[in-house]
Amino acid sequence: MNIHQFEVIVVGAGGAGLMAGLYASKTASTAVISKLYPTRSHTGAAQGGIGAALGNLEEDHVEWHTYDSVKGSDYLGDQDAIEFMCQEAIDAIYELEHMGLPFDRTPDGKISQRPFGGHTNNNTGRPVRRAAHAADRTGHMILQTLYQQCLKNNVKFYDEFQVVDVLVKDGRTVGAVALDMATGELHVFHGKTVIIATGGHGRMWEITSNAYAYSGDGAAITWRRGIPLEDMEFFQFHPTGIYKLGILITEGVRGEGGILFNGKGERFMTKYAPTVKDLASRDVISRAMYIEIRDGNGINGSNYLYLDVRPEVVNKYAALDGRTNPDGSPINVTADQLLHKLPDIVDFNRVYLGIDPMTQPMPIQPTAHYTMGGIPTNMYGEVVIDEKNTVFPGLYAAGEVACVSVHGANRLGTNSLLDLVVFGKYAGLRAAEYAKGVDYGSLPEDPEGFAREQFDRIRNGSSKENAFDIGREMKKVMFDDVGVFRTEEGMKRALAKIGELRERFKEVGVKDTGRIFNTELINAWELGNLLDLAEVVTFSALNRTESRGGHARDDYAQRDDVNWLKHTLIWPENGKFRLGYKPVVITKYQPKERVY
Amino acid sequence: MQVTLKVFRFNPEVDKKWHYETYVIEAQLTDRVLDLLEYVKGYIDGTLSFRRSCAHGVCGSDALRINGLNALACKVLVRDLGDKITVDPIMGLKVIKDLIVDMDPFFDNYKKILPYFINESPIPADGRERLQSPEQRERFDDTTKCILCACCTTSCPSFWGSDDYLGPAALVTAHRFIFDSRDEAAADRLQIVAETSGLARCHTVYNCTLACPREIQVTVAIGELKRAVMTGKVD
Repeated sequence: MNIHQFEVIVVGAGGAGLMAGLYASKTASTAVISKLYPTRSHTGAAQGGIGAALGNLEEDHVEWHTYDSVKGSDYLGDQDAIEFMCQEAIDAIYELEHMGLPFDRTPDGKISQRPFGGHTNNNTGRPVRRAAHAADRTGHMILQTLYQQCLKNNVKFYDEFQVVDVLVKDGRTVGAVALDMATGELHVFHGKTVIIATGGHGRMWEITSNAYAYSGDGAAITWRRGIPLEDMEFFQFHPTGIYKLGILITEGVRGEGGILFNGKGERFMTKYAPTVKDLASRDVISRAMYIEIRDGNGINGSNYLYLDVRPEVVNKYAALDGRTNPDGSPINVTADQLLHKLPDIVDFNRVYLGIDPMTQPMPIQPTAHYTMGGIPTNMYGEVVIDEKNTVFPGLYAAGEVACVSVHGANRLGTNSLLDLVVFGKYAGLRAAEYAKGVDYGSLPEDPEGFAREQFDRIRNGSSKENAFDIGREMKKVMFDDVGVFRTEEGMKRALAKIGELRERFKEVGVKDTGRIFNTELINAWELGNLLDLAEVVTFSALNRTESRGGHARDDYAQRDDVNWLKHTLIWPENGKFRLGYKPVVITKYQPKERVY
Repeated sequence: MQVTLKVFRFNPEVDKKWHYETYVIEAQLTDRVLDLLEYVKGYIDGTLSFRRSCAHGVCGSDALRINGLNALACKVLVRDLGDKITVDPIMGLKVIKDLIVDMDPFFDNYKKILPYFINESPIPADGRERLQSPEQRERFDDTTKCILCACCTTSCPSFWGSDDYLGPAALVTAHRFIFDSRDEAAADRLQIVAETSGLARCHTVYNCTLACPREIQVTVAIGELKRAVMTGKVD
């Protein structure tokens, strides 16, 4: 047996995992285990910016950022955690800069900031420049910078190791089991703590901005060990994915003045969000787009709309809206300037659509984007397993896989990168601190057993069913029935379908019987994770009989604070589910109607 | 349309030698080469192995040789290639299985050039950002785009000759730090790139620039490094 021993074991090497590894390794022996080379992680796909009230270009305050995030969450975010994140944001951004992150600059050499959806001046209600950015590859720069700093600090990496199981014994965490993809061997990582930082599960939907790697591994692994999940009904659909492909077009396009149009040439967001219009929260815009398309206002009657960032359009609507440069001069951008601020967006359009966004509008549709729910944690990354927030010793989660909850029912743009950096850091610090005070627990007998069993089941499958077909059917039913708008009928249909697919999944096999890079086996295992979580998502969504943030129901169209101002907790129990609830932490901001 | 997809295959647990496998499949002009590989894996031969993740050209997993030219499989479409497509692993790195190569020498070279920001001076007293003008930031903008996919390095004849050559990707990263006004280790890095396994091995073949899926002007960056080494000045 391959056994390694580390005080802190970080699973996942995106922004949260790297930040956790960087901080934990300062005082504790630490390993970062990732199924991808760290620089391949999905953090690198984040584009538009990371939010903090630096106030580099105009007045801004931590309190404004906090309130905007609370409002954005449709009042389901825990306000103590949101306050903490928005306060920490300032230092987090400066720390990234001190690590060398190449932020874009203002004329006076400070970090440049751009407007983003839902971020406002709380006095005027108008968009505020809060998103610190590096062109339209802010996530790429964060990922590179953190990986580089980990190299500088000699953090130990296990690249292309697929973590399959978390080991628990006597009520505490004692390690993890991973498959070395290059050799096919299982490795036991005996640890005092495990930090899960594996990202989201957005590959369960047909149209998605998410990487193949986003198969919900961490949440599925802990779920199988009886750890609950929180608020799984809340998933974000980003309004602007490239039509059919789902590739993300950053909200930064609208931050730079881009406008959404329907097939009649109308700027339809004025109807749905009269004050901030095209910079409303993502859930609000995605719903507006669905309504426009439903009403026959898609482009040429089809199911897509236009995002237009041609300079003449940007300038025209900036003048109409009374938006100006920070110095008060009128906005008069050129194609060159936009190209410089949004180079990747221009490139995606050219490569995948043959379109030049400087002369043509972009065809877009909502795309599955972000997991708001996840493994319940407190604001120090400690996993909490019940209504009373009881900490599970030695287990931590951070980033998209975790539910702190700072995003509640709908995350604001730029707050995901912020979440990674802030909570990744605290999870790393807490885990290292905890590890110093405890011994290594003893490993369970046959620690690899459950991991081996999961792979053996797939290896020995009958191959009567095809994994790709099952995956495709899952994505379709989730997109059709557990998407932007939901109904009881649709979700019941989805639940039945997922049940059927989970049964059929038992008949999946693999042709590849080898050990070396058996990606067929790993992909099938990942599909199993998505199927398990798809059922959890749908069951949680069906249970919540209201509309809030990213969970919008035709049959319960209103938010219901009397009955539903609470977090959903869900546990696996004898092959079924057990539900529970915990209250939302409210400090300063009483729920009120959410208008943009 | 029908596409004839020829794919390099090698299973180290079975094969003594590599071979091509040919698949005739239905495809659309807008399909990515990655979509075709996924289709083959899903419905024809699950043993076909390759790396991929983001599928839109930002993670750098799926660098391959497609019709003889290095590219990301997720950024080349059928309409760019026509109905005959040949896919090989990138060159100069040992093939492990099918299209998967051993990336370690590539990353080892990257690690040699001190690929991290170095500034041991105290941060500003107010704790805020180190200032940098937009012009100073622009100076190294192009080389910050690198995703370490290895398309450039594995298109370079010098690297094929010997993988101890740092290669374009490592040099691009060296450029990113050397020309960053905030970084303090330019002299150390210039010394590293000036060694025999560094800049001297670049014969401006230009393959790297053509191969870069991020359109980084790699040869220009290397030229700027050469000039900095010669003049001892970074400007």
